[in-house]
Amino acid sequence: MNRKMLWILAALAVIALILPFVATSYRTFQLTLVLVYAIALLGLNILTGYNGQISLGHGAFYAMGAYCTAILMDKLGMPYWATVPVAGAVCLAVGFLFGLPALRLEGLYLALATFALGVAMPQLLKYKALEPWTGGVQGIVIAKPEAPALFSRAGIALDPDQWLYFFTLAVAALMFVLGWNLLRGRVGRALVAIRDQHIAAEAMGVNSALYKSLAFGVSAMYTGVAGALGAIAVQFVAPDSFNIFLSIMLLVGIVIGGLASISGALWGALFIQFVPNIADEVSKAAPWAIFGIFMILFVYLMPTGVAGALRQLLARAGKKAHNQPRPLKEETP
Amino acid sequence: MIRLLVTLVALALAAPVVHAQKKYDPGASDAEIRIGNTNPYSGPASAYGAIGKSIAAYFRMVNDQGGINGRKINFISYDDGYSPPKTVEMVRKLVEQDQVLFVFQTLGTPSNTAIHKYMNGKKVPQLHVATGATKWNDPKNFPWTMGWQPNYQTEGQVYARHIMQTKPDAKIAILFQNDDYGKDYVKGLKDGLGDKAKSMIVAEASYEVSEPTVDSQIVQLQASGANVFFNVTTPKFAAQAIRKAYDIGWKPVHYLNNVSTSVGSVLTPAGLEKSVGLITTAYYKDPTDKRWAEDPAVKQWEAFMKKYYPDGSLADAFNMYGYSVALTVHQVLKQAGNELTRENIMRQAASMKDFRVDTLLPRILINTSKGDYAPIEAVQLQRFNGKQWELFGDVISGGH
Repeated sequence: MNRKMLWILAALAVIALILPFVATSYRTFQLTLVLVYAIALLGLNILTGYNGQISLGHGAFYAMGAYCTAILMDKLGMPYWATVPVAGAVCLAVGFLFGLPALRLEGLYLALATFALGVAMPQLLKYKALEPWTGGVQGIVIAKPEAPALFSRAGIALDPDQWLYFFTLAVAALMFVLGWNLLRGRVGRALVAIRDQHIAAEAMGVNSALYKSLAFGVSAMYTGVAGALGAIAVQFVAPDSFNIFLSIMLLVGIVIGGLASISGALWGALFIQFVPNIADEVSKAAPWAIFGIFMILFVYLMPTGVAGALRQLLARAGKKAHNQPRPLKEETP
Repeated sequence: MIRLLVTLVALALAAPVVHAQKKYDPGASDAEIRIGNTNPYSGPASAYGAIGKSIAAYFRMVNDQGGINGRKINFISYDDGYSPPKTVEMVRKLVEQDQVLFVFQTLGTPSNTAIHKYMNGKKVPQLHVATGATKWNDPKNFPWTMGWQPNYQTEGQVYARHIMQTKPDAKIAILFQNDDYGKDYVKGLKDGLGDKAKSMIVAEASYEVSEPTVDSQIVQLQASGANVFFNVTTPKFAAQAIRKAYDIGWKPVHYLNNVSTSVGSVLTPAGLEKSVGLITTAYYKDPTDKRWAEDPAVKQWEAFMKKYYPDGSLADAFNMYGYSVALTVHQVLKQAGNELTRENIMRQAASMKDFRVDTLLPRILINTSKGDYAPIEAVQLQRFNGKQWELFGDVISGGH
């Protein structure tokens, strides 16, 4: 990580810390959702961008994380912050186990298997035997966390939206640093090697089966943590919140943001949070047609995603415009 | 000269008094009233989008005619795609950014559940929500939320009353969808039957939305020897149940819930000849019903549709629904006068006395009070004659 990157990171951190004090609480809530999506997208990117496994069912892990948090808060009275690691752990285990049989499936077949998971999830959540916990179609309403008394004693008045933003920001920062650490080292190289040429990777001694299910587990964990935070922010979970469309949007997010790029997760999150709203404002009759136009524009103008386009711009500005092949790793969280 | 001065002073003193009578909360001013709404304009439930569009068209007409008490209506409606998290986001935008006076006709049971606590915490009215669940009539715990249409329990009670009157020896079999909606209906029926529920109901079967058919449940219910069938199913399953019951030769008195009364999407696929004799309820005038072809209220609605919402379908009952509920909120705003506070909106919505919306069935009146947040509680029974629904009997009200 060079000095320029450090400056950019510092600037980003300052902006992120100031934003909730200048934005309205509704905007702060939206920004919280952006951070939530960013974590989910980073998770999916580990699987799809770095490891080359396509998942059309990550909404299911998002739902699982959200329900873990809602059930633990509602039925067991756990504090919200303690539910987030539990949600992550549950999704890690389920993702890893789902990854084991899914290993036998390559490319599009895996996409279909995960699609099945994504389609089935809302109906599983409505299942009668689970109803005492999940609340059936009714869903679960959860209380909104207040800022700890610590802050008001220190003279910083935070409303619940601001507090939730900072809480989410802290978790997001942690997850991004972890992800960056994971992907820049041996594990990251192994994942990319499997993606690019798995036979060669195995010949080099990479345990393809283990890494693939590990990638699935870690990816599910990220998405589960995002789901947990999303549930706390929205204060409500119901099966209808997690339909297959969520999974598709996550996939859209990583492609628009930039495959195999850590900063891409943030750009993708901004895209899936704000562009549908813009489309709705442009046309009530055909919001998704407008959304489609945006998507085509992005794909045509920035074929390597927003992150890729920015990287090229930076490289040009730095007069180091040497031909870069597709980058294997990326250093801006 | 002195008299002029006195007049001027008097005027100057009077002016603030007049001014003080006008009271505004965010979203209201001398010029406009801002009303928020969410509707699924996209996604799997987008058929309901017609409701939001017809309400918007209604307010365009109101504004052309000079508004309500001289104020224009600014109706801000967002797409939530029937996704509760999106509803939360959009409703927060409406309340916090667009600063609407209240939200109106937000659509869907899960979506309204998602914003239920928020609206009541913020003390912003969540008025005339578009869902039939019974929980919207809970003024004690949720004084800022009110439904509009007859709720499922009310309807269940109406069937119970009819069964008790016409078939005191009834043996009832129930098929219901296993969720809040289905259970609400069953509860209404049992409440209506009272002590007799235990002896009269001989069989209950439920199904999950994910099941492919309800054929086996129908066979099981027939085997119970029931002579009354209470059919609480959504359109696809309703069609299956009607056809299967007919095909296996089961001929009970068949009550079908109001959710699945569409001739086009339920009875035609089931077979019109197999649907003869079905009994259900109605509360507003079906635009495709020939009986209302010359009805002045329906004619007025048609003229409104042609002028303000020409691409809307005249056969779509949702457009009639949207128009009718808009008429109701129009009355609430009229009553609120110049005191456009959120508190007064709720107070006025909860003090409607025998208010008549003329697109509702004759003799159905809207009544609300501090303890009764269920505007429409009366329905009329109708029977299918092989071609269309035929109203019969009197207007029946459910609970209370």
